[in-house]
Amino acid sequence: MAETDHQMDAGTGAATGADRPVVQLENVTRRFSDRPALDDISLQLGRGEIVGLIGRSGAGKSTLIRCLNGLDRPQGGRVVIDGTDISQLSEQALNPVRRRIGMIFQHFNLLSAKTVADNVALPLKIAGMPRPERMRRVMELLDLVGLADKAAAYPAQLSGGQKQRIGIARALAPKPLLLLSDEATSALDPETTQSILALLKDVNRQLDVTILMITHEMEVVRQIAHRVLVLDAGRIVEEGPVARVLASPQTETTRSLLRGLSPVLPGDLLALIRPQPGQGDQALIRVDVYGPDARRPLLAQIEAITGHPARLLHGGLNDVQGEPYGRLFLGLGSSDPAHVAAVAAQLKPQTTAIEVLGYVPANV
Amino acid sequence: MSQQMFDTLLGWAMTRPMFDLLLKGLWETIYMTAASGALSFVIGLPLALVLVTTDKGGIFQNLLVNRSLGWVVNALRSVPFIILLVAAIPLTRWLVGTAIGVTAAIVPLTLAAAPYYARVAEVSLREVDRALIDAARAMGATRMTILREVLVPEALPGLVSGFTVTMVTLIGASAMAGAVGAGGLGDIAIRYGHQRFETTIMVAVVVILIVMVSIMQWAGDALARRIDHRQG
Repeated sequence: MAETDHQMDAGTGAATGADRPVVQLENVTRRFSDRPALDDISLQLGRGEIVGLIGRSGAGKSTLIRCLNGLDRPQGGRVVIDGTDISQLSEQALNPVRRRIGMIFQHFNLLSAKTVADNVALPLKIAGMPRPERMRRVMELLDLVGLADKAAAYPAQLSGGQKQRIGIARALAPKPLLLLSDEATSALDPETTQSILALLKDVNRQLDVTILMITHEMEVVRQIAHRVLVLDAGRIVEEGPVARVLASPQTETTRSLLRGLSPVLPGDLLALIRPQPGQGDQALIRVDVYGPDARRPLLAQIEAITGHPARLLHGGLNDVQGEPYGRLFLGLGSSDPAHVAAVAAQLKPQTTAIEVLGYVPANV
Repeated sequence: MSQQMFDTLLGWAMTRPMFDLLLKGLWETIYMTAASGALSFVIGLPLALVLVTTDKGGIFQNLLVNRSLGWVVNALRSVPFIILLVAAIPLTRWLVGTAIGVTAAIVPLTLAAAPYYARVAEVSLREVDRALIDAARAMGATRMTILREVLVPEALPGLVSGFTVTMVTLIGASAMAGAVGAGGLGDIAIRYGHQRFETTIMVAVVVILIVMVSIMQWAGDALARRIDHRQG
């Protein structure tokens, strides 16, 4: 995979300009007194990518994101931001790098004493932009997030979703090349989450800014990320295109994070499953599908093999950035071992996983 | 105030010399409190900022400075004011040229109130959410910018309330400064009201002090409310 080859050319400094990764971590380690928070993390973010970093609380997500702008320092390894290794930089030397990284937070972290406009203007003020230019840019940004009419309001007068929009406007003010999102939607209701994710997607497209989204919600990753990194106990345990990871998670951590997102058999069906076929039973199989294969006429294919009508007992398709994926529980209409084996063999190439779960009555 | 106006308004309660005495005392008290209050703010706020930012995890972490300064502040705060008045005489003489009088009293008053305000302000500054400081650091703010744009503005309502408390305390303390011949309402209360049993004067002084404290507290509360945008 291309993403893992980066360690080769990083040392030579060959990558420049647009090809240069925006973020590159090499063997980053961060230990707190009692436990390792980051354990030998290597990763790379390209320009314009949206990457989801998912893990349970305590997995090290926040520590990782804080290492990217020097709010936290790794004890080992390199943190390279757009070609600059920041792991050894002094606080002062870090500041120019930080001004190219926007950050949004779960609890927004807006300054209560400043108006919305002054909040958005702060990073520009820090960067030394003169006031008239600053005010012009602020209005541009408030327009972008759809809150131009709130310029004179104070954050306490806004709703959660509006506060996060201001947070995003503030983070984008200095035209960053990287936007870090630390559980930015976790404090918002589902509807507001949708609108914030849509805004981030928009921003990513319009401004070509790389976005790293930290979250514990796979749903957020599904909706917006191109690529996902799964973090567990300070290690990246799984990595890949979101659709691939959602369709066929390779680790238990990923599977448990996916729970609730992928369908599971309802209790009444589960109770009927027998390990051995009884009289008049049919085999129950679970099929995970992804991509164009997900839309094949599976039921008709099965019927052609077994001669019995197959049924969809549970499950369905969802989509990740236009790619369908899903999990289907199918009743084969037959319990004949030869039929079951033939179905498994023929469907295998067009599924990411196929498993015979047992046998249920034909008339469930 | 014209004689006629005085007769109608206050003639029933006191004589004209008594009134003039009280008026002079009032101005002296206002002068002492305002001057030492202003100085305490100018000295106390930076002290508080140093106490907060040099502490563990602060943006200028320096435990040696933090502990030393904390010790000095505590030491000053533990000296009873009446002792401080006397102990500060050499310093007062060096700074003001004399150890007696209203201006001289500003020195011990400030010595007592500045560390007091430093501690009060420290509490407000500590209440500023660390996450806000992190947000500013993430923007690439220098530490001085963090002080100017985040720490002080976010703590301002508390800093104002704390300053009000300090001013009220100063009004009380300035009365004690009469002991070094500082004048003011407290001095009048002791010399006329207490030592000569002039009850009218005593009552008048107390009433004036109550009104002063009330106005101070009301103005401070109003200002703190005005600049507080933490609630919608």
